[in-house]
Amino acid sequence: MSGKVAILEAIRKHRVPAAALPNLERSWLRFADPLAHFEGQVAAVGGRTVRVRNSAEVAHVLSTYSEFAQAKQVVSSIDGIASTFAQDAVTTPHDLEAVDWAVLPAQFGVAENGAVWVTDEQLKYRALYFIVQHLALVLPAREIVHNMHEAYARLALGTSSLGVFISGPSKTADIEQSLVIGAHGPRSLTLFLVED
Amino acid sequence: MSHAPLAAQFIADRPRATWHDQTLWFVRSKRDKAAQALPEWEELRECAAAIKAHTVAHLADYLEQFERAATNRGATVHWARDAAEHNEIVLRLLQQHQVRRLVKSKSMLTEECHLNPYLERHGIEVVDTDLGERIVQLAGEAPSHIVLPAIHKKKEDVGRIFHEHLGTAAGATDPNYLAEAARHHLRQKFLQADAGLTGVNFAVAETGGIVVCTNEGNADLGTSLPRVHIASMGIEKLIPRAQDLGVFVRLLARSATGQPITAYTSHFHGPRPGGELHLVLVDNGRTAILGNDEFRRSLNCIRCGACMNTCPVYRRSGGHSYQTSVPGPIGSILAPARDPQTHYDLPQACSLCGSCSDVCPVKIDLHHQLLSWRRELAQLGFLSASKRLGMQAMSFVFQRPGLYRTAGRVARWLVPKLPRALVYNRFNPWGRQRELPEFPRQSFREQLAARRRRGQSHER
Amino acid sequence: MPTVGLFIPCYIDQLYPRVGLATVDLLERAGFRVEYPEDQTCCGQPMANTGCTAEARPLAERFLTLFGGFDYVVAPSGSCVAMVRCHYDEYLAGRPGFDELKAKTFELCEFLVDVAGVAQISHRFPHRVGLHQSCHGLRELRLAQSSELVAPAYGKAQQLLQLLDGIELVTLARPDECCGFGGTFAVAEEAVSCMMGEDRIHDHETAGAEIMTANDMSCLMHMAGLIRRQKKSLRVMHIAEILAGYPV
Repeated sequence: MSGKVAILEAIRKHRVPAAALPNLERSWLRFADPLAHFEGQVAAVGGRTVRVRNSAEVAHVLSTYSEFAQAKQVVSSIDGIASTFAQDAVTTPHDLEAVDWAVLPAQFGVAENGAVWVTDEQLKYRALYFIVQHLALVLPAREIVHNMHEAYARLALGTSSLGVFISGPSKTADIEQSLVIGAHGPRSLTLFLVED
Repeated sequence: MSHAPLAAQFIADRPRATWHDQTLWFVRSKRDKAAQALPEWEELRECAAAIKAHTVAHLADYLEQFERAATNRGATVHWARDAAEHNEIVLRLLQQHQVRRLVKSKSMLTEECHLNPYLERHGIEVVDTDLGERIVQLAGEAPSHIVLPAIHKKKEDVGRIFHEHLGTAAGATDPNYLAEAARHHLRQKFLQADAGLTGVNFAVAETGGIVVCTNEGNADLGTSLPRVHIASMGIEKLIPRAQDLGVFVRLLARSATGQPITAYTSHFHGPRPGGELHLVLVDNGRTAILGNDEFRRSLNCIRCGACMNTCPVYRRSGGHSYQTSVPGPIGSILAPARDPQTHYDLPQACSLCGSCSDVCPVKIDLHHQLLSWRRELAQLGFLSASKRLGMQAMSFVFQRPGLYRTAGRVARWLVPKLPRALVYNRFNPWGRQRELPEFPRQSFREQLAARRRRGQSHER
Repeated sequence: MPTVGLFIPCYIDQLYPRVGLATVDLLERAGFRVEYPEDQTCCGQPMANTGCTAEARPLAERFLTLFGGFDYVVAPSGSCVAMVRCHYDEYLAGRPGFDELKAKTFELCEFLVDVAGVAQISHRFPHRVGLHQSCHGLRELRLAQSSELVAPAYGKAQQLLQLLDGIELVTLARPDECCGFGGTFAVAEEAVSCMMGEDRIHDHETAGAEIMTANDMSCLMHMAGLIRRQKKSLRVMHIAEILAGYPV
């Protein structure tokens, strides 16, 4: 007997009382100013937000960051920010280890926890989000949902092989509960919120 | 050795036990703050428990739905009846792909299956990439907590371990410095790995996807560099709908560490282009728990660790005193189900305070289940003869009010007259650190009767 | 006049008669006739919590026989009342009078607040008091809001204590952590039990309490044992003794 048949039979031989699946369409937590709340949450999780009017402003703000100014290898898919690393030329995600900064789009943010949603649809290698030293994500300031229920309602989960809510930079508290930013992934996360 | 003597050993280093208690209480406090920030917290718990109850009632159907959807997205689904089958499946997959180096992100299931030593015996290098897990792996220990694997280690311990294994400066204890060293060390491991193995926080039947939550991004690096991704999951990780994730993702990190969400909440649907995704669905005793009305709800567990952080016993005895891959209250329910012979003492390592049940985000009635286990285990014959005899004697006396009154009178007369050494000795664990109460001359019932005879309403 | 069947836990009967007398005073002052069934012994909790259900069963049955006939049943113990209300189902479900028994059995403070409607207490208690939340009263009977839940705060014992003139309730760092008594746990896990008790005591001392009180004498017996061994100045009193105006 295969493992599958055995397990399913072992489950079905038990009579488990039925229970209804709850309706999740409820009035969940909302915020008077979701964008402001989002910004507060991003700061609380160790990230940085910058409101900008256009991508030229993104380029300008980035240029004021010393880590960006010193960056040798930049990958960008945002208009107006030049790539200095030819992403398309690499044939294995391992080569992306050399990238200092990536500047990429994000789809939307979630006010309750400061997370933003990204997918690997437009990327050659999804490792880019995680392997770079610093990550900047650009999203429209109006694309902030209130809570995770709204977030999942607007996702089409499964259309990409990877979708990630990213909330702040990579971090760990595994040594005596001391928070250390930059565990394995990016050492910083900057979110550019583009206002209309 | 059973829990009590191991706990006593842990407490023998009192400053360290106090530090352990306070560190975990701090995590519990962060959880409280995060929960209080959501007015709908209790409603979320209700929803989560209802979703889990529903899923378990239709688990076979949802597993089949999940397999179909996952297969349609290009993943390969494997089924393992027990730990041995799980380990064989993983090894076979690794051998098929000539994998010599495996990077793992946190998976309590692989701890439960003892996968690491099994793979190492077959010549595969296994690197746990969660920093806490890497620390205990280098120390040659098991995790002492399911979310904070190295919570029992002080930074001085980590400094020594890293000095020995990673060549950090002798005596270095700065967490930033140590974590930076681990970052460089583990980046090399990620880049060299031939395959990545992750656990699974949630599997969605509707979409055939899995969700993995980490703060470090190690699951993401471990699955985006090597071509092969293996994900091991207990069959109870399933939830029906994508929208159900809204409930569980909101509860998980807040309950675990007090964060509003983990830094990375990654949704995998099928392999990445050119890669492979293998999902190993594991029973290993779960269907037996599912068939038990008393303990079924323990399958609700989302492994947040909140019951450990709040448990006054766990905080003061350390995770290793439980001698099981999942320690603390939930572990004390799961372990006897798997192996009562070895773990029969764990349901007694509990003062029945009930804090775990109130903190649990999926509303498992943990302390009631621990009480039920005590009954089950006593019926299975796992109660010590001294405890059983003591309880039989007590019950005998309490069923005979005259005997009870006489026994009380004799004890109250006799004990205060005894030499101290006869009362306070190694046969009296109560008296090792505690005085007995002062025995009154008259019991309550005698005093009440006297008062009523006198017709007084008051005696001071 | 409604009659209360007074349920005095065995160890209070034998070791803490003053707590029982204070309970009688409080109930009589609140306008109830108090009857004490002489044949009562123990509710069976020690056996049940050890897993010895066969040994607990006859005690549950005795309890129903002894207390089934009263208008109310009241005990100065959250833990023993929780045994009746939350754990007797296993032994007595379906028995005539059992559902009624559960509905009319109360912990003392709960009874004074919810049934007797006590809204004032005349005497003074000019002391700094730490209220220890005994777990079974807290999380089984819900006599106060537990700190884990996200819900409005309340507390029946606290509500009564605040009626006393001059009392000052201190604020604890951990408002409702277990003291580590836990019945046989106190001896089976002696090391953990004593450390838990010491930590609770320390919290009360740090908060500046002169007196520690609780709904359950068992918690206080455990902590008083530690306090006396260590010759600390912190005093313990059952809440009934304080509310009845007994001297410190």
